[in-house]
Amino acid sequence: MQKQDADSYGLPTVAEPVLRMRGIGKKFPGVIALADVDLELVPGEVTALVGENGAGKSTLVKILCGIYQPDSGVIELAGREITLASAEQAMAQGVSVIHQETVLFDDLSVTENIFMGQQIKGRFNCLDWRAMHKRAAALLSSLESDIDPGSKLKELGIAQKHMVAIARALSVDSKIVVMDEPTAALSYKEIEELYEIVEKLKSENKAVLFISHKFEEIFRIADTYTVFRDGVVAGKGRVSKTNQNDLIAMMVGRTVNQIFPKESVEIGNPVLTVQGFCHPTEFADIEFSVNRGEILGFYGLVGSGRSELMQAIFGISQPTGGRILLDGAEISIRSPGDATGRGIVYVPEERGRQGVVLALPIFQNITLPSLSGLSPKGFLDLAKEFELARSYAERLQLKAASLSHPVSTLSGGNQQKVVIAKWLATEPRVIILDEPTKGIDVGSKAAVHGFMTELVKAGLSVIMISSELPEILGMSDRVAVMREGRLIEIVDRKNTDAETLVRTAIGTSQPVGGEAA
Amino acid sequence: MIKALLKNRDVVLGLILVMMTLAIAARFPGFIELENLRGIFTDTSILIILALAQMIVLLTRCIDLSIASNLALTGMIVAMINASSPELSIAVLVGVSLIVGFCLGAVNGLFVWLLGIPPIVVTLGTLAIYRGIIFLLTDGQWINAHEMSPAFLQAPRNIIIGLPVLAWVAIGLVTAAAVFFGWSKLGRALYAVGGNPVAAVYAGLDVGKTQFIAFCISGMLSGLCGYLWVARYAVAYVDIARGFELEVVAACVIGGISIAGGIGTIPGVVLGALFLGVVKNALPVIGISPFWQLAISGSVIIIAVVINARQEKTVGKLILRSSHKAG
Repeated sequence: MQKQDADSYGLPTVAEPVLRMRGIGKKFPGVIALADVDLELVPGEVTALVGENGAGKSTLVKILCGIYQPDSGVIELAGREITLASAEQAMAQGVSVIHQETVLFDDLSVTENIFMGQQIKGRFNCLDWRAMHKRAAALLSSLESDIDPGSKLKELGIAQKHMVAIARALSVDSKIVVMDEPTAALSYKEIEELYEIVEKLKSENKAVLFISHKFEEIFRIADTYTVFRDGVVAGKGRVSKTNQNDLIAMMVGRTVNQIFPKESVEIGNPVLTVQGFCHPTEFADIEFSVNRGEILGFYGLVGSGRSELMQAIFGISQPTGGRILLDGAEISIRSPGDATGRGIVYVPEERGRQGVVLALPIFQNITLPSLSGLSPKGFLDLAKEFELARSYAERLQLKAASLSHPVSTLSGGNQQKVVIAKWLATEPRVIILDEPTKGIDVGSKAAVHGFMTELVKAGLSVIMISSELPEILGMSDRVAVMREGRLIEIVDRKNTDAETLVRTAIGTSQPVGGEAA
Repeated sequence: MIKALLKNRDVVLGLILVMMTLAIAARFPGFIELENLRGIFTDTSILIILALAQMIVLLTRCIDLSIASNLALTGMIVAMINASSPELSIAVLVGVSLIVGFCLGAVNGLFVWLLGIPPIVVTLGTLAIYRGIIFLLTDGQWINAHEMSPAFLQAPRNIIIGLPVLAWVAIGLVTAAAVFFGWSKLGRALYAVGGNPVAAVYAGLDVGKTQFIAFCISGMLSGLCGYLWVARYAVAYVDIARGFELEVVAACVIGGISIAGGIGTIPGVVLGALFLGVVKNALPVIGISPFWQLAISGSVIIIAVVINARQEKTVGKLILRSSHKAG
């Protein structure tokens, strides 16, 4: 509150920033993750870092903890320029990162985790376990935690693991603590505990960078905020002087300068209908249907259950309840083979892990899901197989020296085309695209969007999961928004806008309370 | 053209094999006489068949360490049947060896498929169990040549067009395997399942079932080799082919079959087996003391693995490059 007073008199912030990042830029092939980003962290203050999926928050965190090297810009710690060449160096310089999913060692004890890589040595250069246990207990009790330093990490809850990570941060006397969506996996009570820890860090004059999607907690614990949008800073200031709507506007308020090749296609009857779909952990009560010639967009935060829902429809996992109807008749899907046979295909998000077999030739990758149709008498018709692969490679303008070369020789964009070609070759009726343009360059994006239009023109139904608002708004006929495993609403894209979608996805349009648990 | 060929590791391995044979022949011309080459090939036939079996399993990211024990157990069962009822035709005994081998392989496969136990653990267990069963069956007794029927012993030795039946069986199975991998859905599935199990699931393949089938085929071929081995060496006892599974894995590795699954060719595996066959036959010819032979065979295997690892590294680099683009 005192700081707020200082602010209102127009005085500069009391403390000097301990960390200054200036003009940080980071490019990946075809993608600019960060462009000329400035960030300042002040001791004893919590800075919230806000932004959509893919806005560049994670890239910045990875630069801060030494995993990525920035292409440009300087990082100053207490006025001195530093480089963070490795995770070890970052930690030695006093930057500690508490990751969303704790990256600690499950089978080691709390003490071992806290002192991993920086063990206390005693006589004869041997490890001094007594000293370490004592110090671990002291650190934990300073956090008012009753965790036994001797217990194995896997015996602890997630909040307790965060606590251990924080103790580890304190053990090296970190000046800066980065928390990457720390509350994502926590229960209500654990979140309260975490807030207390953050307060404690503040009182010990640490600078805290708090990355979060949840406005409720930003307004509760942060002092200042920085908003990222498409790799640039879209706004910064004191939390006390802003409100939710302003923050959302900063997050999404981009000028829509991308042109999407969306054309009006006549929408037909429902093709695929999902009723009362449930899963023990990922989603519940999902109802929707997609029509002939329609692109149905699925928007939501990462972890809202979109991919899990589609994987269940595709037969990768089994739902606990619900029905799938194709042309009004109930069908049962027990495996991806069943789904493909029914004309429902899923183009997964992770191309490398889920999409291609790198060592197999391109044409064999394309025909992999279609092999049953190519071996009528038990033997593969190789000429027909190659022809099938060739025709789809041509349709997608795949650039390859030879279709007999392994997929590993292709660029990322062309591998993506192989993945799409592979599913189109099964001649599906419903195609589910999971983040179809993630990580590919602008040119390839346009090609994929153009291709989607072609598909619906040919009478297919497309379900597109995307976290990119322009893509959702540019390509979908209707948009389904998911939050925490529930389908909140399905709206016509003409009746919505970016801010409304974000608000629905984050859940601030309704009172946040008991439902969150 | 030549450069492209030299990038093909099967061609390189073939060239090394030919050069090695010629180098030995330069000092011991008898080594490349037709009779000797025929002998080497026949000697290596069982190794070739088992290496094919192992290749099928390795392609799916599994490993079958029990093949030599399967061979010994099946061989013993067939020999016992022959000893007790010599009138049974060889065709029946071959059928029995295929069925017994298949069942032993299926046991491995079921553990891997249904219980999800790592293949190395399962087959390390059955390696001991299958050999242990031979003890239980025989109390450690041998079945010697005089207890087996002449037809039983003679069948693999009959010469057809200049080669013994044993060699023709290997040639026939290699051809069948080539057809299997080239023109069958299952053959393709084996590569996909090992090359990227997750992508294989998305493509509608059943990974566990495919691995199960691989173990069944491997077991069936091992069982067949059980009969071939016992007939060729005219003796069945607990210790036959003990440790042979490692030689089989070595042949696969030399032949460029990736232990990590999804990579390997039939010419490669045949050349890998022949390579070991030539080394084994050459060492006594060159006059290297038997004490050194094991160590030299071992060194050759390690050298092959080192070369193999270097090949795989380049693939690894490519993967990283592409995933970097994705991220």
